[in-house]
Amino acid sequence: MDDKQKLADLKAKYDAAVDKVLKKMPERKAEFVNTSGIPVARVYTPLDLEGFDYAAQLGLPGQYPFTRAVQPTAYRGRFWTMRQYAGFGSAEETNERYHFLLKSGQTGLSVAFDLPTQIGYDSDHELARGEVGKVGVAIDSLWDMERLFAGIPLDQVSTSMTINSPCAIILAMYLAVAEKQGIGFDKLRGTVQNDILKEYPARGTYIFGPRKSMRLITNIFEYCTQNVPQWNTISISGYHIREAGSTAVQEVAFTLANGIAYVEAALAAGMKVDEFGPRLSFFFNSHLDFFEEIAKFRAARRLWAKIMKERFGSTDVRSQMLRFHTQTAGCSLTAQQPLNNIMRTAFEALAAVLGGTQSLHTNSFDEALALPSELAVQVALRTQQVIAHETAVCDTVDPLAGCYYVEYLTDEIEKRAQDYIDQIDRMGGAVAAIEKGFIQKEIGDSAYRYQREIEKNERIVVGLNKFQVKEEEKPKDLLKVDPTVGDRQVARLKELKGSRDNAAVAQALAELKTAAEGTDNLMPPILKAVQCLATLGEICDTLRAVFGEYEMAVM
Amino acid sequence: MQESRKIRVLAAKPGLDGHDRGIKVICAALRDAGMEVIYTGLRQTPEQIVNAAVQEDVDVIAMSCLSGAHTYLFPRVMELLRDKKIDDILVMGGGIIPEEDGPAMKGAGIAAIFTPGTDTGDIVSFIRDNLKKN
Repeated sequence: MDDKQKLADLKAKYDAAVDKVLKKMPERKAEFVNTSGIPVARVYTPLDLEGFDYAAQLGLPGQYPFTRAVQPTAYRGRFWTMRQYAGFGSAEETNERYHFLLKSGQTGLSVAFDLPTQIGYDSDHELARGEVGKVGVAIDSLWDMERLFAGIPLDQVSTSMTINSPCAIILAMYLAVAEKQGIGFDKLRGTVQNDILKEYPARGTYIFGPRKSMRLITNIFEYCTQNVPQWNTISISGYHIREAGSTAVQEVAFTLANGIAYVEAALAAGMKVDEFGPRLSFFFNSHLDFFEEIAKFRAARRLWAKIMKERFGSTDVRSQMLRFHTQTAGCSLTAQQPLNNIMRTAFEALAAVLGGTQSLHTNSFDEALALPSELAVQVALRTQQVIAHETAVCDTVDPLAGCYYVEYLTDEIEKRAQDYIDQIDRMGGAVAAIEKGFIQKEIGDSAYRYQREIEKNERIVVGLNKFQVKEEEKPKDLLKVDPTVGDRQVARLKELKGSRDNAAVAQALAELKTAAEGTDNLMPPILKAVQCLATLGEICDTLRAVFGEYEMAVM
Repeated sequence: MQESRKIRVLAAKPGLDGHDRGIKVICAALRDAGMEVIYTGLRQTPEQIVNAAVQEDVDVIAMSCLSGAHTYLFPRVMELLRDKKIDDILVMGGGIIPEEDGPAMKGAGIAAIFTPGTDTGDIVSFIRDNLKKN
């Protein structure tokens, strides 16, 4: 009480001094508010953390509610996994980039698939025209997948695959490659994104409706729990929600609300929370508001721990640990003066590390212009290596804990995200909120507000609306995807269909259709179809015939 | 001149690209500027876009593509418009469009390409200054 009085006296003196200063020199802005709408005070003191309970709110690293870290020694034991998302053109070209990245010291792979693959079309489909091999690698069949991982023993790397709607098929192809390499499924480490719910309000690579998709997702949970025990069965992603324009609070709220929907779906399918809970993982964005981002990661960890323990009755602490991958904010990069993006990415990466990420992708400086070139990717990876090896920020765990501002923001983000989750619960959960267009509208409004702030010069983006240069020299050596990749894929498909056992393919697809019409787990029949060299498009068409295709209502 | 009839814009996402933040922001800005905006939603074929433009009797088609498929999709839309003998619709494109693709886009008849960092006010002015219909 005495301390508190002393502090209140100091604060009163300070406020009086501030008043004097303000009369002579007003502050830069009338009010300081972050992107989430949280007011930022002039200074923070213990008075802002009234009732702060260290044990309950923070704990120590590796202790519930895991605000400080999920693991007791964190980066003192091992740095995060440095994992650059990569893929373009054909499987052979992407395989070459993977060997380059592994040689450069990258510690995990991250596969980018092209849009036809992500939406379940073979490269020879009408809708694939112009898209083959553009934003990622084109995968039509097991043949392509084998070439993608040629010379990479799958028990030596951990592989993350950004695949959602056709996730079960791509995962089955990965398993089939492992089998061909003579590697047991229990030795495989990696992650599939498998997060369909964020595809509707952001990112857009859905095929089936949300409710049908939930079956495929829980089938993967169940299959991996039994057969691929080290695999992360989902990466519940806020990244794309943020890229689509959400605030930091919305990113946490909508991501965890989706997480709740997946847990509920798995429980409804008869699984127990601590059977699949430990294999759930997350994926967040790291944007430019440095302290807000650090607080966001901490708040997300605490909130998820509480949800799993209190709401779902988890008793295994591993289910309560929010483990996450981070990518720096692509939407914060500018096409103007692109070298500035190196600094932006570095600050964002540092925030992710101070927030305790388990793995990290740093964006390349040329990404607002084209797919990243080899030089740009190397600089991005070096940024992570400099943070890890030169800045010493990894020598103590969660160094910003106890910082009045960071703890205030952590509490505030948690509270505001919880309010959103309550609101979504009242609508009937994340699926209903998406179907009503609520999430889409919230994100769209935030995106427009952000754009207006830039255009009114209320938000400064260096090189864009201030400090511009007149005649900019454009970076050279941008990556260009070989335009013949589409033709090559089509030719390979023809060869495949001419040389495989087409009767076996038809049989496997018929079995899959029967399974889809019933309630069995779809992973075994999909794996069988993949091994018979059925194509991704053929397998998806079989499922389309049973599940139908989703048409999004346009707002 | 424009009081009698609002400028009508078809905002479209050709191809499989799902990045719709940009086009949605453009939709909001054009509406705020008093235009009538019809948004197609994702995954439109060039045929669907041209048909919608005809049906909605628009003055402008604004397409957005960030996947790199613009090299096929944008000129294909122009080709279909020509097949239908339509030459009074102002067609613009945006997205991640490398500078070196600019001449080919212009050559195909795309009136302007807007890339990341564009002020929405510039797009509004461009439309007002370059309308082909009266």
